[in-house]
Amino acid sequence: MDHFEADILIVGAGGAGLRAAIAAAEADPSLKIALVSKVLPMRSHTVAAEGGSAGVIQAHDSLDNHFHDTVAGGDWLCEQDVVDFFVGQATPELIQLEHWGVPWSRRPDGAVNVRAFGGMKIERTWFAADRSGFHILHTLFQTSTKYPSIKRFDEYFCLDLIVDDGRVQGATVLSPSTGEFTAIYARAVILATGGAGRVFRQNTNGGIVTGDGMAMAFRHGVPLRDMEFVQYHPTCMPGTGILFTEACRGEGGHLINKDGYRYLQDYGLGPVSPEPRNKAMELGPRDRLSQAFWQEERKGRTFTTAQGESAVYLDMRHLGRAKLMERLPLIFGLAEEFMGLDPVTQPIPVRPAVHYTMGGILTDIHTATPLAGLFAAGECSSVGIHGANRLGSNSLGELTVFGHVAGEQAVKFAKGAAAVQPGKVADQAKASVAKALALRDQKGGGERHAVLRKEMAATMEKGCGIYRLGPEMQATCDKLAELKQRYRDITLEDRSGIWNTDWLSAIELGYQLDVAEAMAHGALERKESRGAHQRLDGFEARDDVKFLAHTLAKYREGAAPEISYGPVKITRLPPGERAYGALGEQLENARKDGTHV
Amino acid sequence: MSDPAMTTEPAKMPEPTAQKTVELRILRYRPESDEAPSFGSFTIPVTDDMSVLEALQTIKDTLDGTLSFRWSCRMAVCGSCGMMINGEPKLACSTLLRKLPPGPITVEPLNNFPIERDLVISVGDFVKKIESIYPYIIPKEPRTIAEGPYNQTPAQLAAYESYSDCINCMLCYAACPQFGENPDFIGPGAMALLQRYNGDSRDGGQKLRLDTIHGEDGVWSCTAVGICSDVCPKQVNPAHAVNQNKTNSALDFFLRFLKKD
Repeated sequence: MDHFEADILIVGAGGAGLRAAIAAAEADPSLKIALVSKVLPMRSHTVAAEGGSAGVIQAHDSLDNHFHDTVAGGDWLCEQDVVDFFVGQATPELIQLEHWGVPWSRRPDGAVNVRAFGGMKIERTWFAADRSGFHILHTLFQTSTKYPSIKRFDEYFCLDLIVDDGRVQGATVLSPSTGEFTAIYARAVILATGGAGRVFRQNTNGGIVTGDGMAMAFRHGVPLRDMEFVQYHPTCMPGTGILFTEACRGEGGHLINKDGYRYLQDYGLGPVSPEPRNKAMELGPRDRLSQAFWQEERKGRTFTTAQGESAVYLDMRHLGRAKLMERLPLIFGLAEEFMGLDPVTQPIPVRPAVHYTMGGILTDIHTATPLAGLFAAGECSSVGIHGANRLGSNSLGELTVFGHVAGEQAVKFAKGAAAVQPGKVADQAKASVAKALALRDQKGGGERHAVLRKEMAATMEKGCGIYRLGPEMQATCDKLAELKQRYRDITLEDRSGIWNTDWLSAIELGYQLDVAEAMAHGALERKESRGAHQRLDGFEARDDVKFLAHTLAKYREGAAPEISYGPVKITRLPPGERAYGALGEQLENARKDGTHV
Repeated sequence: MSDPAMTTEPAKMPEPTAQKTVELRILRYRPESDEAPSFGSFTIPVTDDMSVLEALQTIKDTLDGTLSFRWSCRMAVCGSCGMMINGEPKLACSTLLRKLPPGPITVEPLNNFPIERDLVISVGDFVKKIESIYPYIIPKEPRTIAEGPYNQTPAQLAAYESYSDCINCMLCYAACPQFGENPDFIGPGAMALLQRYNGDSRDGGQKLRLDTIHGEDGVWSCTAVGICSDVCPKQVNPAHAVNQNKTNSALDFFLRFLKKD
């Protein structure tokens, strides 16, 4: 086994990992940074983010507005000090990306343009057509090549962290291309491995979004926080779950049911207006829109697609070809290529699909986890800005704001930490290798892991979907326990060393099952409804007495995770009513007048 | 099932769409056991909305777990799943079965690259080419964060925007006859990226990048076949980028010549 001695190891080279690497390289060019990614960095799932990144820039907007939208949008489960920090840093980070070359869409005068997004009271979403994440990722990757201290390990798969003496000291990785293992030693480690949406059946996520970093931290005793909050995006392609950005609605697209009726007006989001109105109708938050779809389905007002999925229509015909081509070219292409539809003349069938993991690895405001030397940033982390429901265009900002923080914090930690003694921890790396090889080579009972993966995704959708019921969540928890048992006995077809993707997927499934358990048990124990966690079994209301609290899931070997609760940091916005549409406007006006918080 | 209506119902049901099948002929190569690549054949049930990628996933999940290929986003933006489909470089995720002619579908790894295994080719040299062209803004006029964003008009944005849409899928390299003959040729994708930065009003790094385009593996290796632009799934038009750089390279050559006088 090879070994590599770094000062800082970053696992994951999407938006957060690349931003962290650049921040660390700028903070101290003398430190050696190892940047590990299981795919080429530009394949990372940041690439698929479409709509844009929020940052206050208009004169009539304010940081306070962005703070308020985010905290209320998260149904008060946000860490308010973290949100304050986030909204303050979001715009400087967007300007930094502009300086590095992101081709932000512009106004005629050459200033950066912004668009409306769900749950945001003023337009503040910076966008690069509908390829915002793509451009941010490529710009960060290309910019990162400037820094000689960043040593990339492209297409290296992370098997486990190395933890000794109460602190993280590196990770064991596998190169699929050569079949060789490497122990990478480092005094500080940043996890930036993305979300876990692939544990659900219909989802918008790339195949790589399998919760690897979450599971690795979890297994080393770091709590996963608020994992039951899983975001359904309301407008996705039936069957595959491919995303149609919220910007479709920000630019004026309508959601209509099978009768051509803009049904959102029936769910407290009205009144109807022909032009988009912020925080109303189609620009309501994602949880509310996905829930409205579910209700329409029960009322028989959706239709069934050729794939057997129920759906409503995203209608953009009134926007015209020119606007669609300028603002939403990717969406236009997806409808044409994948569905054979022309969105200028035909409405697009859409339905909700799992999109984003609000919860993640517990960190403080400095991205530090409870495990010394371990930091986490981006979707894999729970730094506290999303609460029970993330607002669209707050996650790209999270990548850069907290990727930056993680890079600087890791530098600070690494400089103050003792050097790793490879002789002392090499056995751990060897044990990780042995474990991986044992999974590859075990005789097993002959079952394919692909079968388990499908059953996991189906049970997560059934028990932890848009609306949840106690017995169904319990059934999902039981099913996951059964799948974990069967996982121990799987048989791989491929026992080779080079590009054994059968093996990699099997290891990923192990990660996914652990993360799925944290989600399902967190959901079962949260006996209230808040944000993306909505119950229909007697717990339909938000319960601030018992559950204005973060869920903490702790890993237990061979048993279900232990669920406990921790306090939520409320600094200046006490819990209030979360309202959109006409009622939302009333409350907002009252807030401005100072008559109501 | 005593209700007579219930007992007759199955006979009226339409044929399930999954009855259709398709054969895929896939070039297989396992370096640890195979001397040379050879074709394997798989027949799977398909539906009209399936992509070649979904067909490959079906094979991997149900027939042969040893089949290896790269994929991720499924929506033609991550650039992972480039391969030769019926002899043409395509993204497997956005190539729908219903758009292919009837009969077996041939799937091979991207042309012009070493095969590591099955449909997985070596990408390292391509990444090095990208890194070699100074793929970042070298500011014409440095600016601090406090000074805010640069001004860039929609026309200035349009000057480079399409080149910034390259997803690094390498289809253009698989199509390029020059790259096939000379693997050191900088190639269409990297040249599009070079033009993306050269054409950006914020950038002042054009001089530094000239060496890449002058050299014997630079733009002049291109014989203007133009097929790179034909196969691009994102309409980036790398052929146009190469041509613009031929102009720049020629201009620079003559300017240097004049200066020598």
